[in-house]
Amino acid sequence: MAEATAKQVLFEPIFSNNPIGLQILGICSALAVTTSMNVTIVMCLSVIAVTAFSNLAVSLVRTQIPGSIRIIVQMTIIASLVIVVDQILKAYAYEISKQLSVFVGLIITNCIVMGRAEGFAMKNGPWLSFLDGIGNGLGYSVMLLFVAFFRELLGAGSLFGLTLLPPVNEGGWYITNGLLLLPPSAFFIIGLAIWGLRTWMPEQVEEPDYKMSRHTHKEAF
Amino acid sequence: MEHYISLLLKAIFIENMALAFFLGMCTFLAISKKIEAATGLGIAVVVVLTLTVPANNLIYNNILREGALAWAGLPNVDLSFLGLITYIGVIAAIVQIMEMILDKYIPALYSALGVFLPLITVNCAIMGAALFMVERDYTFSESVVYGFGAGVGWALAIVALAGIREKLKYSDVPEGLRGLGITFITVGLMSLGFMSFSGISL
Repeated sequence: MAEATAKQVLFEPIFSNNPIGLQILGICSALAVTTSMNVTIVMCLSVIAVTAFSNLAVSLVRTQIPGSIRIIVQMTIIASLVIVVDQILKAYAYEISKQLSVFVGLIITNCIVMGRAEGFAMKNGPWLSFLDGIGNGLGYSVMLLFVAFFRELLGAGSLFGLTLLPPVNEGGWYITNGLLLLPPSAFFIIGLAIWGLRTWMPEQVEEPDYKMSRHTHKEAF
Repeated sequence: MEHYISLLLKAIFIENMALAFFLGMCTFLAISKKIEAATGLGIAVVVVLTLTVPANNLIYNNILREGALAWAGLPNVDLSFLGLITYIGVIAAIVQIMEMILDKYIPALYSALGVFLPLITVNCAIMGAALFMVERDYTFSESVVYGFGAGVGWALAIVALAGIREKLKYSDVPEGLRGLGITFITVGLMSLGFMSFSGISL
């Protein structure tokens, strides 16, 4: 990827180079905040904002940073941005920020932000880096919203807090699947989503560590 | 005493960092292919957590919390918004110092843990434990127990996953599910297993 165009940079991370599905970045928060769509969307917007602006800032100062202390400089930039986001959420969306609890703070250690700052923004100009931040934020959001969609719809019978499938204990017909509100379900959904994504795009399939030899013996009869 | 044992068990099993809160997932999935590597990383996490959580606890209670600066004649100052940047700084500094001390005095341990230490700075489990400590308002001694317990729980989970993955290597997994996909599903099943601890309380 010598000359990346703006369009490529923006759209590639969404499916073909998804940060969660392929790069294994930012999984921590992906799982914990996906029990309802409202919370998830706020989380996604925060991550997009932090990734985009941290990429922009890191890219602007990239020629000034001495190599030996670059990690700590990036960390400081990211942490300051997250503090801004955290304070804004506390001021304007207090309820949701309570539900997100520690996970807003954990955007700092979200590997997507750090990984893109180190891997992309250190080598590219501000505008491309900004787009790359948005693109990766979007890729992350797509996966998160996908997981949240299933967890909220099947687990609580609602979307964005609006009841779609009236649950039995409120007089409806839908028997809620409590498992989907518990942590393990997020792992299953992401696992299956990765399976789907890789069946659709076979070039993402990983090489096996160990190949099974073919079954060569004929049955004796 | 009983309170501390209960806190320890809760941190290790019921509120397992990796399997109940999904913290430290990136390294959890990336370094769990071999048992030796997983054990090394696990031990490093235990050590770092046991040091950083109490350190951050002291800083929070004596400097950042609202009214904590009363001893300096500033009873109305609330610095808690600086929390995030302070914790990450403290964690990075402690990891760096630990690396230097180990390199100088215990080179054998350094060569075993060396590669993992820089990884730990950006491990969400470390940061997460610090944030949980603040949110739940632990005292200093509680924070020592909590830090240790959270570390042990995380180490336990990663070693168990590495054990499973070493065997899983020889199984015939559908193509698209290979690698990351099947690992996620395995972790899901492990997480389901750990949920059964949730009823236990002392």
